[in-house]
Amino acid sequence: MITVLFFARYKEELQTDKLQLDWQEGWQSLEDVRAHLIQRGTPWTTLEDPSLMCARNQEMCSLDTAVRAGDEVAFFPMVTGG
Amino acid sequence: MITVQVQEAPFDPGQLTNSVHAGNQAIGAVVCFTGYVRDFNLQHSVQGLFLEHFPGMTEKSLERIAEEASQRWPLLAVHILHRVGQLEPGEPIVFVAAASAHREEAFNACAFIMDYLKTRAPFWKKEQTSTGSRWVEGRPSDQQAAARWADDAESS
Repeated sequence: MITVLFFARYKEELQTDKLQLDWQEGWQSLEDVRAHLIQRGTPWTTLEDPSLMCARNQEMCSLDTAVRAGDEVAFFPMVTGG
Repeated sequence: MITVQVQEAPFDPGQLTNSVHAGNQAIGAVVCFTGYVRDFNLQHSVQGLFLEHFPGMTEKSLERIAEEASQRWPLLAVHILHRVGQLEPGEPIVFVAAASAHREEAFNACAFIMDYLKTRAPFWKKEQTSTGSRWVEGRPSDQQAAARWADDAESS
């Protein structure tokens, strides 16, 4: 099981801020989790956003970061604070 | 000393500036940045601004940015405050102070913290305009501003 969080525009478009996903055999990186969600079709294709950012266990990371069962992963649009 | 605050409540930049210096007479320079909500952005008048964030990760990100600044420059204090929730035009939204013995470190650290905050801290702005609400998009110029510090690290 992993937890996936969404923020801002993604949260609105996906109409959810949190998912619990069963761990899939073969998942290695956050990119695999993203691809799994995009496969669901609309509206999940919003995660194809080229400026998508992500975090693993509340640390900003890249899509090629390794993921493990039990992780909390977050996908969000480019940040706009300040 | 690093202080990080994420809050809905308004703040007084002058009071914060004084508090950064209070109690440490080794501080010779305090450089502060205060960001305000503009009433105009990209050809639209802005009536309000909503700030979403990632509770938990936000505080950690800001602490990490403050720590990174403290490793680069000999700082005596760093204070970062960022507001979240509903804000109105004219209100202060973010405050960054860097304190050091001399001005150059404080100037650089304050700019570095703001550049990193804008590209690495999980905040998102949603503007309310006369034509509806819209999420503000990240700007490449902000990414470029943050990237210049990486170049600095490589050249030194």
